[in-house]
Amino acid sequence: MKKFNKQNLIKALKGNAGTYLLVIAAYIILQLMSAGDMISSSLEGQLVPICAYVVMAISLNLTVGVLGELSLGHASFMSVGAFTGVITAMSLSGVIPMGGVRLLLAMIVGAIFAAIFGVIVGVPVLRLRGDYLAIVTLAFGEIIKNIINCLYVGIDANGLHLSVTDAESLNMDGGTVILNGPMGAVGINKLSGFTAGFLLVIVCLVVVLNFVNSRSGRAVMAIRDNVIAAESVGINVTRYRLMAFVTSAALAGAAGALYAMNYSTVSAAKFNFNTSILVLVFVVLGGLGNIRGSIIAAAALTILPELLREFSDYRMLVYAIVLIVVMLMANSAGGKRIQLWLGDKFRALFGKFAKRNTAKGE
Amino acid sequence: MSKLVPVPSKSMIPERDLGKIPVLETRHLGIEFGGLTAVSEFDMTIGRTEIAGLIGPNGAGKTTVFNLITKVYQPTHGTTLLNGIDTYAMNTMQVNRAGIARTFQNIRLFQKMSVEDNVKVGLHNQTPYTMAEGVLRMPRYWSKERQAHERAMELLSLFHMEDMADVPAGSLPYGAQRRLEIVRALATNPSLLLLDEPAAGMNPSETAELMENIRHIRDTFQIAIMLIEHDMSLVMGICEGILVLNHGKIIAKGTPQQIQNDPVVIEAYLGKKKEG
Repeated sequence: MKKFNKQNLIKALKGNAGTYLLVIAAYIILQLMSAGDMISSSLEGQLVPICAYVVMAISLNLTVGVLGELSLGHASFMSVGAFTGVITAMSLSGVIPMGGVRLLLAMIVGAIFAAIFGVIVGVPVLRLRGDYLAIVTLAFGEIIKNIINCLYVGIDANGLHLSVTDAESLNMDGGTVILNGPMGAVGINKLSGFTAGFLLVIVCLVVVLNFVNSRSGRAVMAIRDNVIAAESVGINVTRYRLMAFVTSAALAGAAGALYAMNYSTVSAAKFNFNTSILVLVFVVLGGLGNIRGSIIAAAALTILPELLREFSDYRMLVYAIVLIVVMLMANSAGGKRIQLWLGDKFRALFGKFAKRNTAKGE
Repeated sequence: MSKLVPVPSKSMIPERDLGKIPVLETRHLGIEFGGLTAVSEFDMTIGRTEIAGLIGPNGAGKTTVFNLITKVYQPTHGTTLLNGIDTYAMNTMQVNRAGIARTFQNIRLFQKMSVEDNVKVGLHNQTPYTMAEGVLRMPRYWSKERQAHERAMELLSLFHMEDMADVPAGSLPYGAQRRLEIVRALATNPSLLLLDEPAAGMNPSETAELMENIRHIRDTFQIAIMLIEHDMSLVMGICEGILVLNHGKIIAKGTPQQIQNDPVVIEAYLGKKKEG
């Protein structure tokens, strides 16, 4: 009976409960460490971006891993969320003094706008069969970047002003320029913090994990595994594809708002194709459909460049080598053997599960 | 429900319970791919609780007929009436919701999902709740999920597959995958079940068991079943009416006895007897 309970516990830890525990434990440890001045300032500065990238990775995993469609422009939804979020927070700065509330509103507005763009991209593309989503999201990323690059937004006593030529043509009396074309959003008051980031990660986890373990999530996975069979059991393929894609875009929008509010200036160039690919790398590295893997990969690969700073010139080389080694370890037969071997050694070291392992013949 | 005796008829598969609206009626159903006529003038009716067989040599167009009925292909000629309702403007999803469920010749399971989840996908439209209710875990989520779990287990018990519920569908043995497809189709609560070669790859004892299962399904669910099958012992054993297709055309209709002795059918399967 005791053994049965233990196995149940292991099963639970391997499942969703373990993922929540991992995130909460990481948060508590990092909070304690920063309270005791045990982490470097460069790492401390990375805490909010890590949270934003973790949310990005989880949300992209919903599109790539759960829905099985490739998206190459996930950063563009982050961009939409970032700039609409910044505009919201800054225009409300006179009305709502509490920073936390403004950040929350910024994330909600960012999520809504990203969702709207998700619908605009998704409705025509997700009706098609094939890899069209990859191509269209790739183009969408460039379009969004260029639109924001020539967009000027300012606020004064009369309300919001919008222009596509230059800052002068906003015709404001006094007031502040929020979005200044290619310079991006300027003069943002930093509202994001690690706790806000942590809460967004938890919300994102709840949404994605609960979605996947519901009727809608099963329908989405059924579509991934076999479209014709999914249709033949009465599932509305376009609807559920769109549902997953828009949810993914909305979460990316919230992550964008969180990310932008962590800096005093942020430009559209930050959310380019490279960022989209970076997030895709997190997802592939963590394992398609593996939410916990996405979290670990996003956190590790955001910290890694910072840790490699002392190698200066060789930084990107080491980064690439680490990526290749991890990919090989995860996906090749030899890598699997090494994993099993390491696993055996690890278990033998603790002697706990060694018996169970040999009984299963793995 | 009283059992009715098969009635022979010229233009119909003999039916167990004539007098009601047939569950399925096809009229001049046909499709051309480019200039090639794959199926033409396919007329038939299936009674409420009939087991019908569709046989024919390889390439005769049997699976195409299933694809036409379920709207995987849009027919270029004719139409299908399901419970008296024209399915012309429907797509695959709507046809399923209207009451046709099917299995596939080349198994199409949701490979990476568990056996139970495969059945639950089939129960999708029987257990409705919104995405928000699912994400926020509202009361309706719990009640519908419990319903879905209980129903899935009940359906899996038809084939004694309850203890495989957590296994990924793709790792099941071949025969079990075929059975799971039938369970998944039944989960959509159909009035007509289309089985595309259900006994393919099964050994004689498994086939015999499957025959019993198909009969059992018809009797418990009170639905019509139409099957494509090459195993003649199965077809002749359980079908009340048989339809023979060759080169996309119906060449014979009738009871198993009539079909077995039909010279046209024998010719289609074995070739023409040499003259003299």
